[in-house]
Amino acid sequence: MTKPPDEASGPPADSQWPLWEVFLQPPKGEAHEHAGSVHAVSAEHALQNARDVYARRGEAVSIWVVPSAEITASTPEDMGPFFDPGNDKPYRHPQFYKVPRGVRVF
Amino acid sequence: MTHQAPHPTTSSDDPDRVAAFEARIARGESIEPKDWMPERYRKQLTRMMSQHAHSEIVGMLPEGNWITRAPNLRRKMALIAKVQDEAGHGLYIYCGTETLGVDRHELVQQLLNGTAKYSSIFNYPTLTWADIGCIGWFVDGAAIVNQTMLAKASYGPYARAMVRICKEENFHKRQGYEIMATLAAGTPEQRAMAQDAVNRWWWPSLMMFGPPDSESSNSDELLRWRVKKKGNDELRQRFVNLTVPQATAINVVLPDPDLKYDEASENWTFGAIDWDEFWRVVKGDGPCNRERLAARNKAHDDGEWVRVAAAAHAAKRKPSASEAA
Repeated sequence: MTKPPDEASGPPADSQWPLWEVFLQPPKGEAHEHAGSVHAVSAEHALQNARDVYARRGEAVSIWVVPSAEITASTPEDMGPFFDPGNDKPYRHPQFYKVPRGVRVF
Repeated sequence: MTHQAPHPTTSSDDPDRVAAFEARIARGESIEPKDWMPERYRKQLTRMMSQHAHSEIVGMLPEGNWITRAPNLRRKMALIAKVQDEAGHGLYIYCGTETLGVDRHELVQQLLNGTAKYSSIFNYPTLTWADIGCIGWFVDGAAIVNQTMLAKASYGPYARAMVRICKEENFHKRQGYEIMATLAAGTPEQRAMAQDAVNRWWWPSLMMFGPPDSESSNSDELLRWRVKKKGNDELRQRFVNLTVPQATAINVVLPDPDLKYDEASENWTFGAIDWDEFWRVVKGDGPCNRERLAARNKAHDDGEWVRVAAAAHAAKRKPSASEAA
C-alpha cells in the first residue's frame, strides 16, 4: 500500500496549487464515481473548480473532493495476495449451490 | 510529431515485464497509472496526451477572438460555452497526463516557452465569422473522429478523458455546421464568406490527422500498444467520407478538384496534401504560431495576481498552528 507516486514527494514550488481528486454522484442515484482531478488552493476552491470542470451539464447532484495525497490505494503488486482470499471462496457466489432442475429460484 | 527512428523500449526495461505488459495490451486490458509500463510507453503517452491538452488550450484562442464579434446573442452564448468546454477538455487531459507522474506546472511551462507542440490547425487565423463555423464543422468534426478512436485507448485515464470529451464535442460540431448552413443559405456575400472559409480550412483540417502512416514513426508504436487503434490515413479517410455529404447538403464546395467517389472502396478519394506546409506550421512557421504563444503567455501573466490572491486567501483562512493546538 503506497500513496500515489506523484504525490509522495509533494508538489514543487509553483505547482499551480495542490491536486484534488473529484468524485461525482450522477442524478440517477448511483454512487459517487471518480471523474478526474483539479488543482485548487482550498477545499472550497476545489469544489468550485470541480463543478466548472466536471459538471457543466447537470452531470452531478453531489461532488466530493479529496486531497490526492490523502488517498491510500492498493498497488498492482498487491493484486495476487491481497485479493486472493476472495478468489478461493466460491461458496460466496450463487452458482456454487445446486437447485432442482426446472425450478426458478429468482 | 517528430521524425525519429522507432525505439520501442529502452534497455532499462526488463524483457519479461515488457512481454507481460504487451500480453495485457493484447488481452484488451486497461493500463492504469500504477501499473508497470515500459518507459517508452510512458514517454509516448506523456508526449501525446500533453500535446493533446495543449491543443485544447491553444484552441481557445482563435475562437476567443470572435466572442466579442459574434453576430447575435445566441451565437455568442454558444461560442462562450464552447470555448469554456475547450478549457475543460484541456484540464481533463492535463489531469490524465499527471497520472503518468508529470506535474502540470512542467507541462504549462513547456507550452509557454514554446518547446511543446500542439495541433498545427490552431496556427491558422480566424479572419471572418465563417471561420468560427468552419472550426466547429471541420476541426471539431476531425477531433471527434480522432477522439472516438482514442476513447478506446489502452491507457485508462486517457480513454476516460476521451469518453467525457466525446460527449461534449458533438455540440461543438453542430453549432459550427449550423453557422455554415446559415451563411451558405444567406446573401451572396454570406455565401462567399462561407465558401472562402471552407477553402482555407479544408486542407489544414485534413492535416490534423498527422502525416501519412508511411511517414509517421510514432504511429507504429502507438498502434502496437493500442494507444491508437487506427492509423492516420484511415481516420483521415473516415473524416472525408463523413464530411463530403455534409458539404453537398449545404451547397459549399470542398476545394479539391480530385475529390471523387470510388465505388470499389466506397471511399471519397482526395488529392495530394501539401505536407511541406504541414511541417512548416508544425515547426513554428505557420501564420499565427508566434501570435498564439504571445497570447497564451499574456493570459498566463495577466492571471498571476489571481493565483497569488487565491493562495493568500487560502493561507489566511487556514487555522494557524497555534490556533489549531
